Amino acid sequence: MPLTLSELAADHAEEGMQPYLWTMNFGPQHPATHTTLRLVLKLDGERVAAAIPDIGYLHSGFEKIGESLDFNQYVTVTDRMNYISPMSNNVAWHMAVEKLLGIEITPRCSYIRTIICELMRISDHLLCLGAMGLDIGALTYFMYAFNARETIYDICEALCGARFTNSYTRVGGVMCDITPQVVQMIRDFLAEMLKVMDDLDRLLGRNRIFVDRLQGVGVLSKEEAINRSCSGPVARASGVVRDLRRDEPHLAYADFDFDVCCAREGDCLARYQVRMAEMAESMKILHQAVENIPAGPVNVGPDRRSILPPPGKVWTTIEGLISHFELVMPNRGMPVPCEEVYAAIEAPNGELGFYVVGDGSPRAYRARCRPPSFIHFALFPQLIRGHTLSDIVAVLGSLNIIAAELDR
Amino acid sequence: MPIEEIVNSLRVSFGDPQAGAPPASAVPIVTSWRGTTRVVVPAEKSYDVLAALKQQHGFDMLVDITCVDYLNYPGARDRFGLVYLLAGTETGLRLTIRVFVNEPEPSVRSVVGLWEGANWLEREVWDMFGIRFQGHPDLRRILMPEEFTAFPLRKDYPLQGLGERHNFPVLTRGES
Repeated sequence: MPLTLSELAADHAEEGMQPYLWTMNFGPQHPATHTTLRLVLKLDGERVAAAIPDIGYLHSGFEKIGESLDFNQYVTVTDRMNYISPMSNNVAWHMAVEKLLGIEITPRCSYIRTIICELMRISDHLLCLGAMGLDIGALTYFMYAFNARETIYDICEALCGARFTNSYTRVGGVMCDITPQVVQMIRDFLAEMLKVMDDLDRLLGRNRIFVDRLQGVGVLSKEEAINRSCSGPVARASGVVRDLRRDEPHLAYADFDFDVCCAREGDCLARYQVRMAEMAESMKILHQAVENIPAGPVNVGPDRRSILPPPGKVWTTIEGLISHFELVMPNRGMPVPCEEVYAAIEAPNGELGFYVVGDGSPRAYRARCRPPSFIHFALFPQLIRGHTLSDIVAVLGSLNIIAAELDR
Repeated sequence: MPIEEIVNSLRVSFGDPQAGAPPASAVPIVTSWRGTTRVVVPAEKSYDVLAALKQQHGFDMLVDITCVDYLNYPGARDRFGLVYLLAGTETGLRLTIRVFVNEPEPSVRSVVGLWEGANWLEREVWDMFGIRFQGHPDLRRILMPEEFTAFPLRKDYPLQGLGERHNFPVLTRGES
């Protein structure tokens, strides 16, 4: 969105007093923004005097589309919000829908969803840290991180057939059950990941150049973090001890033993360290989860009228055919109350919630997403003020801004 | 303090003492569904209620501000419903505040003074629904282009748009 006349006039007035300030465009096409976002910078030499974010380049009306697709169709759109951890978005969306419909998922399903959420957290943090290293100049680090992400994509492929945009969950369950082969792949991945974590830590954790680039840059105080609605690793790096996995246990998190990782400093280095520590905690949760997946059905029963019956039943039995018909006809479908709910999960980036309004039809009347990237990017002008041009990539990387989620 | 006591103290501070109606229909109206407590607050009192919740009851975090357009919604009386999702980082409680506003000129007092995080959230609601936030320091469109005139998430705005994309000015090679 371009700047308004009033703002440009104000800029000119300011320029009259500070003729030495340069105006520079950062983005929307810049390798370090990784996606499309634009910053208008006011530079005093190499120092950033002001940064005006300009977003909306990737706005695609996801919330409007949510009003015309039904609860199961919209999951494909949630994939495209934070495409670094698509299954987390799937889980968040269907958790909100199930809360609206009053569906209680089976224990097996909640374990599977926990496992994929934690895999996605590792994947998201690996990308965030890898890209941050890349922008700062540590290309090897990026390769190590992306190599491990590749294994996660392989697991996704074995789990549901898709590597990138998975659309794995369904109302009342998941697309297909987890197999022993996938469980074994996750076990192997965890063993491999130990070495990757070690490598990553030894490459940059105490690297003098890297630490100097991050320490004391983009400091966010605890009060500011709360006041500006921060959540997730960004808030925890500033000392806000808030983790929805512990505070509002959803899915199967109440069964597992894990720590909430926090730091006090609130600078880019603290955010880096919190993400590293969270990956170790995710591995701890995964270890406990894959060994204890409960037996039993993965989807809720047909009497809940939410899950399509398996194709074999539809083709060979009249009951299967009827329940399939009841679900897919536009005037039948799931029983939806005229109510509204908000449900949130602790996504890799922070609190990811959906506010869903039902009006009796099988479509959401309103499907609002609470995007953590949007809220964290609003911090940026304040975090970068007074730092140098080269610190922009460090701060952007530490906030993990995903423009598709930012603009939706 | 449990959520019921907070809601009761809201009733005492902001309820209408003259009404004499049973508490359920008194202002503010409180409902609870699936473990979430929702409080409906009149638009002119919304800022004061939110300020009291932040300063006295520990709701120090504004999780989200969003809006729902209730055009043709079954049983709806008001056009727009603003939704403030609050959370307490120390108390761990959540509360939903709903404020109904109507056309023409739907507007409500901005809460940027209470939570800095409301800045972009209110800009997004203005951009998508056209609800004015009085006292907002920088109420511009945030996702849509500045020259856009409609409010796309209103229910009377069609999914495929009003042809804005087709009417973009075409710049030829000679002109550029």
